[in-house]
Amino acid sequence: MPGLMSRASTVVKAKLSKLLDRAENPNETLDYSYEQQLEQLQNVKRGVADVVTAKKRLQLQTDQLEQSVVKLETQARQALGAGREDLARQALERKSAVQQELQGLDQQIQGLEQQQEKLVAGEKQLQAKIEAFRTQKEVIKAQYSAAEAQVRIGEAATGIGEQMADTGLAIQRAKDKTAQMQARAAAVDELVESGALEDFTSTGDQLDRELAALASQTQVDDELSKMKAELGTGSSEPPKEIQSSTEEKQGTST
Amino acid sequence: MIVRIMGDGQYRVDDAAAAEISELDDQAAAALEAGDEQAVRDLLRRLAESVRSRGTRLDDSDLSPSDGIVPPEDLTLEEAREFFSGEGLIPDLPA
Repeated sequence: MPGLMSRASTVVKAKLSKLLDRAENPNETLDYSYEQQLEQLQNVKRGVADVVTAKKRLQLQTDQLEQSVVKLETQARQALGAGREDLARQALERKSAVQQELQGLDQQIQGLEQQQEKLVAGEKQLQAKIEAFRTQKEVIKAQYSAAEAQVRIGEAATGIGEQMADTGLAIQRAKDKTAQMQARAAAVDELVESGALEDFTSTGDQLDRELAALASQTQVDDELSKMKAELGTGSSEPPKEIQSSTEEKQGTST
Repeated sequence: MIVRIMGDGQYRVDDAAAAEISELDDQAAAALEAGDEQAVRDLLRRLAESVRSRGTRLDDSDLSPSDGIVPPEDLTLEEAREFFSGEGLIPDLPA
């Protein structure tokens, strides 16, 4: 059984022979191959741009989630301060879920970072090889007979074909990775939109309303005491006409 | 001989290094045959390291074809099978 290296080489050469078989004469082979190289160079550049876009989206989500963590923590404190441990607990549970999501995002961003580095390295190599091929192509066209040219074209094209297969694989894997990340980013967006990871203030769920009510209650109380202080009424004294329940009488007597 | 490490570049290795590399290569092939993903990865990584440390890197503008190609070391078993079947994983060159 042949080793993996020669098998890989056979696979790559088979891909290349399709390209070389297409052209009718040496000059056409050279020009066509060169066009394909330039096209692939564009593909690598697009691949890099796609990875960068996917990375930016995840980084944006990271920022949003980090803000959520801060808000949830603040809200937990407020709830606890108001004696609502149940609400504080819910806020902290959400905070913990958001933090887990953040860890996952960090890893994904690193993964994309690696893909980007590989693509950029591949782009640089391809560029150098294309430049060398372009020079060689003109030499072959100018100096060799058709038969000799065929041999030299074969060599040069094999060398660059390998690079194209290599870069092609890098593009393919980066695309797969980017697609995975986009799916993940969409899932995170959905979680945020559904309120599962969002801070309470921007969602309309039960917890949100309770916390909002709590906050507004505290504010109303504050304002009331401030007004009373301004009017000089001191402690609260219920209006006489509705003074009927025993509770209220007890309240005023203490 | 000239060896390409995919995702890295090409290296020229002498005969002594080539023998060592070839042995690792055979082991990697056996691991793939046995469906041992971890062993395939380990061996591909050692293969690539061996080529890097014992070989001399070719200039990026060198157009020499390689005698052997080391696939990416982080291939999954599924990707490796796809790779060696010549289907899909390496996109067809436009023809």
